[in-house]
Amino acid sequence: MAELLKSFVPVWLAYSTAAAVNAALLVVLALMVAAVCNWLERKVAGRIQDRLGPTRVGGRFGWLQSVADGLKLLAKEDLIPQGADRLLFRAAPYVSFCAACSLYLALPLADGWVALQLNSAVFFILAVAGLEVLGVILAGYASGSKWSLFGAMREAAQVVSNEIPLALCALIPVMIAGSMDLVEIGNRQEGWLTNWLVFHDPFTFLTFFVYLTCAVASVNRAPFDLAEAESELVAGFMTEYSGFRWGVFFMAEYASMFVISGLAAILFLGGWNGPVPIAQWLGLTRDVGPLAAWLGNFLGMCNMLLKCSLGVLVMMWLRWTLPRLRIDQVMTVCLRYCIPLAAVALLGAMWWTYMWPGGW
Amino acid sequence: MALQRSGPETVEFDVHTDELLVNMGPQHPSTHGVLRVVVRADGEVVSEVTPQIGYLHRCAEKIGENVTPRQWIPYTDRMDYLAGMNMNLGWALTVEKLLRMELPERARHLRVLIAELGRIASHLVAAGTYGLDLGSFTPFMYCFRERERILDLFELVCGARLTYSYITIGGVTADLPPGWLEECEAFLDQFNPVIDELHAMLTSNAIFIRRTAKIGVLAPEVAIDYGCTGPVLRGSGVSWDLRRDGEPCYTKMYEGYRFEVIAQVDGRYPQDQKYPPVPAAAVLGDSWHRFYVRMLEVVQSVGLVRQAIERYRRSPPDCGEPIRITQKLPKGEAYLETEAPKGQMGFMVISDGAAIPWRARARSSSFCNLSVISELCRGCLIADVPSVLGSLDIVLGEIDR
Repeated sequence: MAELLKSFVPVWLAYSTAAAVNAALLVVLALMVAAVCNWLERKVAGRIQDRLGPTRVGGRFGWLQSVADGLKLLAKEDLIPQGADRLLFRAAPYVSFCAACSLYLALPLADGWVALQLNSAVFFILAVAGLEVLGVILAGYASGSKWSLFGAMREAAQVVSNEIPLALCALIPVMIAGSMDLVEIGNRQEGWLTNWLVFHDPFTFLTFFVYLTCAVASVNRAPFDLAEAESELVAGFMTEYSGFRWGVFFMAEYASMFVISGLAAILFLGGWNGPVPIAQWLGLTRDVGPLAAWLGNFLGMCNMLLKCSLGVLVMMWLRWTLPRLRIDQVMTVCLRYCIPLAAVALLGAMWWTYMWPGGW
Repeated sequence: MALQRSGPETVEFDVHTDELLVNMGPQHPSTHGVLRVVVRADGEVVSEVTPQIGYLHRCAEKIGENVTPRQWIPYTDRMDYLAGMNMNLGWALTVEKLLRMELPERARHLRVLIAELGRIASHLVAAGTYGLDLGSFTPFMYCFRERERILDLFELVCGARLTYSYITIGGVTADLPPGWLEECEAFLDQFNPVIDELHAMLTSNAIFIRRTAKIGVLAPEVAIDYGCTGPVLRGSGVSWDLRRDGEPCYTKMYEGYRFEVIAQVDGRYPQDQKYPPVPAAAVLGDSWHRFYVRMLEVVQSVGLVRQAIERYRRSPPDCGEPIRITQKLPKGEAYLETEAPKGQMGFMVISDGAAIPWRARARSSSFCNLSVISELCRGCLIADVPSVLGSLDIVLGEIDR
């Protein structure tokens, strides 16, 4: 796009316009995902709890509920507590939100359909997801409230215990695929569902569940939602937040939930490759032609979105079923169970790939 | 410094940090009303918990000295507003004791029926909000769905859903409407599977057990010393229930009814093996046991309601006549404790011969049950404070009166 613009306007303007448009697209994507997930969560929670969830806004199924809520939040009073560190208090939600949006930068939705094809995409996503926590801790610290501080401290304690097993788990598919490039990892799992890395060997199968546990913990969802813990800490780090800023935190949570299950889908569940190679049968591959490749990719994207939503649904299901763990129990789960399991799985997967390099 | 955990283990702390004084409440999602708990915490570890009460004080007892006993009935169901029927019953029985009234058979069965339904409703709220305290939202909705059905039944009986004023001195305000018993039976029939559902979601859930077992262990001696009653006392393994052990003018109501007093005696609960077994991690008197006792009591109450329905059908159609509002009381005093869902609710009436009592007094079970919280929460984590508080199942309307 910048190349196209360069012929009409000065170079600096061309590049900055292109950057702004691309960034806006990413943010819109993240917002769309957050809005849909939020609506979905209400519907899922409603059904689990034997009620209907939203039914009115937007006609059927209350599908405009998240938009209506967003507008409501925008219209609310902008409150900053007196004891708060004003600058940090204002900045914290955006730190979280920027991190959540940046995650979409490296998440491919189909073969080559990615904003920025990084050769270290896995590393990038893990690192930026860790940055999101900074926003939470900032918020807790800057609020000037004891409950918020408790939430922030819990978050800090939790993040040091779940990031390590999470990274270990992500390392295993990376090792098998021999690449940190998510597009490459995804393409490697082409074909039948036996090619998915989760079915690569028993160790990756185990890893998948360890990853899921740590992933839920890393996005602060129940049963690991200790930083928020509404029945203990009022609302944890979000106690003093209201209106738009609160909404920004909220959207960041949903946006990162989607990415973290997207990462699971690519690392373990074949990414954009379906359980059966339909695209190949229909001849929708790159060697046939650009249109066929586009159609194949489109199918793949639907596949990928479906898998991401599935991951998100599992997280919702967990949230509305399980009680919350206590902080010491969360740390026990992560440090005492997940790290050894992930380490064993890493060694096992190494051994397996060494013994049967071509798979079984 | 070594802090004594409420469990058997002792936790040592090498690092010493500043203590933090936080107010949990009066605006806090899990203090069950307007309770303020002052928590002194060292990081996440709580060293001291002090409950501050009085935010819901409504001078109920003073009002009782200015209205006649029948006029005070509506004030009683605002005490434990989650079990208004049982509060009405306590006061009605106390005044009847003073008046030496004898009730017809049907009124007695009707009262058992209504009181036990009230107990189910109250225990459902306790179980549901306990799930909520532990971060599990769904059981709460399930419990409230069932409670709504009971409230529907109560609404048919007296027109109110929360503050009933139905059981009154000398009987009840009106006999059951036609077709009510069938609806009640239909409710009971569909209710049993829900209990299993709750057991699956809470009682035997691994996280639930981790959050409640060995938390807030209340020794039976301590429970008795503090005057704890109801499920809190029985959760500590003391088999004491006024429906069986109370004064004759109360136990007469339950004469001939078959029910078990739920308490773990000699290491086992009086029950069939249908319900989930006691997990290995649980110790007698911990939050898990208090919760479990309530869940089992619900089953007993269902049985009692069924028996009461049967007896009610067989009894002659006479529900008793409520006393006149202005009826003079005989000189003297009467005190009676009844087994309300949350514990022993005592009412006292002292009369100097006028229609208005010289003194009306209520003894609250939640008040005593709440008082153990400082004992139970010493050395636990912040997250355990709502857990212990929820397991005590208090209602502030009754504490502050």
